[in-house]
Amino acid sequence: MITKRIIPCLDVKDGRVVKGVNFDNLNDVSSPVELGKYYSDCGADELVFYDITASSDGRRLFTDILKEVAQNIFIPLTVGGGINTIEDFDRVLKCGADKVSVNSGAIKNPDLINEAAQKYGNQCVVISADVKRVDGEFRVFAKGGREDTGKEAIAWIRECVSRGAGEVVVNSIDTDGVKKGFDLEMLKAVRKAVKVPVIASGGAGSKEDFVTLFKEIPDMDAGLAASIFHFGTVKISDLKETLKQNDIVVRSI
Amino acid sequence: MLAIIDYGVGNLFSLVSSLNKIDVEAVVTSDPEVIENADRLILPGVGAFGDASQKLYESGLDTVIKNAVKKGTPLMGICLGMQLLFEKSCEYGEHKGLGLIKGKVIGMEGTIPEGLRIPHIGWNALKFHKESPIFKYINEGDCVYFVHSYYGVDCNDSLIATTDYGKEITAAVGKGNIYGCQFHPEKSGSVGLKILKAFSEV
Repeated sequence: MITKRIIPCLDVKDGRVVKGVNFDNLNDVSSPVELGKYYSDCGADELVFYDITASSDGRRLFTDILKEVAQNIFIPLTVGGGINTIEDFDRVLKCGADKVSVNSGAIKNPDLINEAAQKYGNQCVVISADVKRVDGEFRVFAKGGREDTGKEAIAWIRECVSRGAGEVVVNSIDTDGVKKGFDLEMLKAVRKAVKVPVIASGGAGSKEDFVTLFKEIPDMDAGLAASIFHFGTVKISDLKETLKQNDIVVRSI
Repeated sequence: MLAIIDYGVGNLFSLVSSLNKIDVEAVVTSDPEVIENADRLILPGVGAFGDASQKLYESGLDTVIKNAVKKGTPLMGICLGMQLLFEKSCEYGEHKGLGLIKGKVIGMEGTIPEGLRIPHIGWNALKFHKESPIFKYINEGDCVYFVHSYYGVDCNDSLIATTDYGKEITAAVGKGNIYGCQFHPEKSGSVGLKILKAFSEV
């Protein structure tokens, strides 16, 4: 039986991981390479590197660092941030990414999904959607959650999948940072709407939140979080132990 | 020297990195002479069977591989590279494989229980069917990383491991000096590295 995936997400700006990270045994807490290795060794099932750099110099630096990260971790690696063209796909895939996550780039140009899926396969294209409730409906936001696109989220995600996206990351802006649990209502709606794997993001504050996620939505594929892993609030090995005790199938290391 | 056979399909970055990690000297090549003289071969691959097999035949590398195998050179096929070892595939029409492993490759669509997602993507556990030197450093139940929509069947005595995805799916094959993994050892963490290490010692 396929295991539930636990995925830490690292935001990288100008070559450094942002958000102070607090770990023992790590000399350089903002080195993407060190952190990547740390997570890979402690049982993360996949890593997401998100480039939040704005400058082109920063982007080049990100690409160099990505290569070094990829040389040192041997689990699947998803890269997102600043992906607007097929050349951007090419750039990060050549550096060792396995999957590429698109968000604003797909909103601006939905054909990017078709083009990338045809060239690299559906398994390679991840649609990442920042979703917030507006006027009683789920709405897609662009530009890191700052801009309301007016698009209804479930329809948008369906469209992305029919265009060839092989996986969906749903980040609930409503629960993001609140640390009171995943947005089960929103996730259930997305899970019902598409057949491809869905990754839950936004709101995890404790191990129990992951247990609730996989108990309430048994066919949810993965849970993603950032700060609770970075700050050590939740250790991945402990989390997996707790999930196992709750009869949720996870990979042991 | 281990040769990774480059016939123009797939991204070999991770495979090279993982072999470097375990100190196995590897070269990515399409040169028949290098392949003939290599002490081990890896046949990688992602994409569609028809396209990939066509590229192998057009480049003449199919014959080079078969000759090396006949000579006793250990060969490991990974993912599509494993499927290419089979006699044929039914992916978008019928295509001839290398025929080094008995059996054929079929699609998951309609042959696995309904409700399961296709492709089969993620970490899944290995169930051993036979002892194999490539498993000498790992244990039954260890998880490895899969990404595929097609799988090998009817490989009878070459079947060395399966994984449970609604039914038992071929995960690895082995026959003499020929090995194949449906999963990606280069993406399967320490378990995958141990499989590559074991292959580098057969």
